[in-house]
Amino acid sequence: MEPFVRHVGKAAALPRENVDTDQIIPKQFLKGIERTGLGPALFYDWRYDPDGTPNPAFELNRPEAQGASVLIAGANFGCGSSREHAAWALRDAGFRAVLAPSFADIFFANCCQNSLLPVRLEPREIDELFRRAANAAGQYVVTIDLAAQRVEDGHGFTTRFEIDPYRREMLLRGLDEIGRTLLEEPRIAAYERRRAIGLPTRA
Amino acid sequence: MTVRTLFQKVWDAHVVHRLAEGPVVLYVDLHLVHEVTSPQAFEGLRLAGRKVRRPDLTLATVDHNVPTGDRLRPIDDPIAARQLAALATNTRQFGVEMFDLGSPNQGIVHVIGPELGATQPGMVIVCGDSHTSTHGAFGALAFGIGTSEVEHVLATQCLVMSKPKTLEAHWIGRLPTGVTAKDLVLDFIGRIGTAGATGHVIEYTGEAIRDLSMEQRMTVCNMSIEAGARAGMIGPDDTTFAYLAGRPRAPAGAAWAAAVESWRGLATDPGATYDSRVTIDASTIAPQVTWGTSPGMVTEITGRVPDPADLATEAERSAASRALVYMDLAPGTPLQGLRIDRVFLGSCTNGRIGDLRAAARVVRGRRVAPTVQAMVVPGSMQVKVAAEREGLDRVFRDAGFEWRNAGCSMCLGMNADVLQSGERCASTSNRNFEGRQGRGGRTHLMSPEMAAAAAIAGCLVDVRGWSLADLPVPLELAS
Ligand code: SF4
Repeated sequence: MEPFVRHVGKAAALPRENVDTDQIIPKQFLKGIERTGLGPALFYDWRYDPDGTPNPAFELNRPEAQGASVLIAGANFGCGSSREHAAWALRDAGFRAVLAPSFADIFFANCCQNSLLPVRLEPREIDELFRRAANAAGQYVVTIDLAAQRVEDGHGFTTRFEIDPYRREMLLRGLDEIGRTLLEEPRIAAYERRRAIGLPTRA
Repeated sequence: MTVRTLFQKVWDAHVVHRLAEGPVVLYVDLHLVHEVTSPQAFEGLRLAGRKVRRPDLTLATVDHNVPTGDRLRPIDDPIAARQLAALATNTRQFGVEMFDLGSPNQGIVHVIGPELGATQPGMVIVCGDSHTSTHGAFGALAFGIGTSEVEHVLATQCLVMSKPKTLEAHWIGRLPTGVTAKDLVLDFIGRIGTAGATGHVIEYTGEAIRDLSMEQRMTVCNMSIEAGARAGMIGPDDTTFAYLAGRPRAPAGAAWAAAVESWRGLATDPGATYDSRVTIDASTIAPQVTWGTSPGMVTEITGRVPDPADLATEAERSAASRALVYMDLAPGTPLQGLRIDRVFLGSCTNGRIGDLRAAARVVRGRRVAPTVQAMVVPGSMQVKVAAEREGLDRVFRDAGFEWRNAGCSMCLGMNADVLQSGERCASTSNRNFEGRQGRGGRTHLMSPEMAAAAAIAGCLVDVRGWSLADLPVPLELAS
């Protein structure tokens, strides 16, 4: 996994709550067998009208959202389906971080597996970011520093965020989690021996 | 010995090791796999030169992407066919058992685990699918994971996890006649909201839960994720053991007695506490119907579409306004009488034999309204065969329903079973998100009984008070 230490990038606002993963990437794009190439499918049904033309009213289609790598969103972002395609599509479309008051659990875990940093901030902080992004008219740049656990915009907005130390470490160092867990192989094998009686077997 | 909850007992029993940073390495007893969220995981193993650590604890099926029409015809959609073929190749190469389209055991992953008896109390069960919470009905800790985690479990048979919090959802009293498990859980989601249980594992308790059959308990646990919880659990009891006894992969003989003995010990100890608790009076619940684009946008069938202006926060108001535009509904519209175009009976929420029986009792002797296209998609081929043995297929066909093969079908519309834009559907599935059943489609979630009644009436209707037919006499008894 690519490490995430610090990211400076343009922020785009999606001030909606309960954005579900069916919206982030609709089902017709789940038939593939690759992790890549999903960026064009991101928010497909919101981004494009049924005839395939871009919907100018959609927040991320506005000129000021172009080239953004940080998404600011409403509460419970990423709810619903477990499809990791949602995180892959955001990454593929150039996003490196999502800032929201809260995330659905599975989506949060999926982001961390893909070096897409999910940052939980207070609802009033997210509201403040929405305001600042709107006022900056497409020039709103934020810095997300995972090492220091801070988000700032260089114009007075600065805050600290919490993240579980394990996730932080994995992201900072870009570690392969499977490789990390395989180091525990002797313990896993010992556990299996200990529980041999209770372990189910195939009938 | 300290008192512990059901969740705590299952969690403790699966901790392989506690990492210095806080989370634990948690052992997985059963890993269910399907075609949509696994190809990238197998590919990852291949690239890293890794193998599946415990193929014997891994079970695969095809469900999300399969056609539900004629199984003898080749699959029309070449991309879907490629994904199905990838699962066949992957499972063969890595030594994992798979049920393909020709298997009598094929079906929705959350239907086949329990019906095979592979899902058992006290297990940790994972699957690359958010409705894995279904299996919690057996007192298992079961939750959905992403594809990277699927790869992780394939390679290590473990997951790295921080301990979630617990929430007890407790019902006092009993459900009124004509009110189902689906109504109970939709009402619950309406109360706590779609993020109400985020970060928590729910334990469902109380008399109204104890009264439920295993299939109904699965309906409740299935929808835990719609309340934001990765997992929902119900303490195993005699209902659980009676369901599992004699199933092909359940323990047998002396092992059965020993298993039941140990499963009995899983119940939450008296005095054990949860991080939070919700209490609901079951006797006040009425049949539920969703009116919006999130499962929490739900009310009683006798109710009306709410006015967004009456909602508490700006976020709720704007979400509700958006939802009403999408659903083409005006505030104050009574839900009863709302015309529908389609009916979908199926999914991992309500695609089991008990669901089909309940719907058949509403349907038998009646006819689907001429303006409605209705379909029944059994949750598994075993459910389909059982239903046909009981003559339920005739009941549905005679009434004008289509009778399909097993799969996820119009629950998510990955195959050809989709709503057309603007169509309104009474659905027994679990998500009414925008476009879920087809772009521009409008989904109203409800119980199988309510969906069946809607098919007959041609509109949303209160099934309470409808006369229910007897089920047909099963074929082997009739002949
Ligand atoms: S039936 Fe629907 S919710 Fe259940 S596993 Fe299939 S797609 Fe998912």
